[in-house]
This record gives sequence, structure tokens and C-alpha cells, in this order.
Amino acid sequence: MNIDQFKPLTVYTIYIASTPEKVWEALTSAEFSRKYFSGFAVEMEPKLGGSFIVRAPDGSEHISGEVFEYDPPRKLTVSWNINWPDLVAKLGSTLVTYEIETAGEAVRLTMSERHDRELSDDILSGGRTGWPAILSGLKSLLETGKAPQIKMAPPVKMLDALKAIGIKTP
Amino acid sequence: MSKPQFVYVTYIETTPDKLWGALTSSAFTRQYWFGAEVRSDWKVGSPFALLLDGEVTDSGEILESDPPRRLSYSFKHHKFEELRNEPISRVVFTIEPFGSLVRLTVLHDGFVEGGKYLGAVSNGWPAILSALKSLLERGKILDIPRAALNKGFDAK
Repeated sequence: MNIDQFKPLTVYTIYIASTPEKVWEALTSAEFSRKYFSGFAVEMEPKLGGSFIVRAPDGSEHISGEVFEYDPPRKLTVSWNINWPDLVAKLGSTLVTYEIETAGEAVRLTMSERHDRELSDDILSGGRTGWPAILSGLKSLLETGKAPQIKMAPPVKMLDALKAIGIKTP
Repeated sequence: MSKPQFVYVTYIETTPDKLWGALTSSAFTRQYWFGAEVRSDWKVGSPFALLLDGEVTDSGEILESDPPRRLSYSFKHHKFEELRNEPISRVVFTIEPFGSLVRLTVLHDGFVEGGKYLGAVSNGWPAILSALKSLLERGKILDIPRAALNKGFDAK
């Protein structure tokens, strides 16, 4: 897979009063992610080519992927494939890149969701709804020590768009 | 092809009234908006101005005002020559209760295709709104230097 063919279709930038190391840890550890990501556990093998899993609270593998760029605490690229039948076959892989930079007393975190083809706004609405909630929670957790509970559900227009092209969703 | 626009959503542990106050009070905006102050009586049709060190950098008119739910104003930039010839744009703030939180959606639109202003705006809002969230949640200013905004149009 040539990751240069993947273009960012959704980008979200957030500034956090923290250090690059803590932001990196919050993005890549199950202990942190469960607190800000609706109980989902990020399980990453910390090396290039390592496995990347997001485990649902019921223990199932919700997202499976692999580490494609690994430069702690500055840059991480993983594949981020939701385990719904036929999703990757019909839409291709999803890549997520995190870039972490210092900006004064804050850290700038830029998340890019990248795809190797054009996708409709309806399909992209899943990420565009989810990322602000996930990263708002991560910021609150790092700054105040507690993460708000932001209950998210997949947008109806995304589920309808996936159903229309024959992807079975839960 | 979607229209050139910027949309940003953030979730803040606050109340709609406090968030409305933070968006419309110059004492608040000075703390999170790179020192800028908003000026308006927030009535539909009234003038809006954004001032930095006493100088009007942007101005417009209140288009919608429904406290504490929805606020919209037109936005015309004056300070930087590179941006002065771009059309009048529009900012819409939507405030919605979301469980114990508030969801703030900022929509900024009315840009020309290929203009510089969209880049400047896309660059500025995440920093401004991150600082606003920090101020409301932990009562402390998040100091992001302007020079740190090294993407898009370089507005020093």
C-alpha cells in the first residue's frame, strides 16, 4: 500500500495545554482512550508495522489496522479500518495521521483522516461527527484530569449511505 | 464539489448562557481571541467590529441573534492587504446543549474559490476555539502565540 496516494478528506486541529509526550500517550494507550473515547481501548504495538486495534467495550475489535509511520512523539500514521462486512472492499482503507507540535505553552494536534479515493460527504460524516467529540474529550482529560462523557452514535445519513452501497452496518 | 467553507465543532463543559457570554463579551474575547475585542449590541442589523489594540481589524453586521442558541454576523477583513479584496464572509455560531456539555459549531462561509482568506480562517479558528474551551473549563488562559500559527496565511 502506497500511503502517499491517500489524501486528507477530514482534518481536525486542536490545541491542548500539555506536552507532546502526554498527547502521544493519550492517543496510543488503552488506559487513556477508554476515558475519552466512549470506553474504547486503543491497543497499539509501538513500532513500525505493529498492529493497531480499537477494542469496543464488549471486547470486540471495532477497528483493525497497522502502524505505517511511527515517530514518537511527533507523528503517527495508522490504518483505521472499521470491521463492518465489505467496508474496506467497497471504500478502501482509511488512514489516520496524527501530527503533534509544540505551540507556545500548548501542543497542536492535527488529525488527518485520509483516503485513496473521493468519498461522499454523507460517508465522511461519520468521522466528521466523531473526531470533534473524541478529541474534545482528550483535551479536557489532559487539561482538567477528567473526561466528559460525550455519547456518540453513527450519523443516520452515513448509515443510509453505507447501506445504499451494500455495506452491512450494526 | 463542496463550497469553500470552514466548519469546526467542539464540546465544552459549560452552559449555553456562559458560552454566549464568552462569545459576546470583549473582556472574555481578549483572553482567548489573541487579544481581540468584539464590539456590538448584538441586535440584528447592528454593526459588529473586532478590534486589536484599538484598531478595527474586521467588521460586519449582526445577521442573526437568538441568545443563547444562535449568533451570526458578516465578517469583512481590513488589516492585511492580502485579504482586503476578498468578499464579505459570514460566521454562524450554533450553541446546543449536549448532555452535561454544550456543543458549539462554528461555520464560516462566503469565501471565493482559491482565495487566501479561507486558509487564514481555517488556521485561526481551531486556536481561538481551543483557547475558549480551555478558558471555560479550567478558568485559565491557554497561551498560543500568533507566530505558532504557521499554516495557511501567515497572519502576524
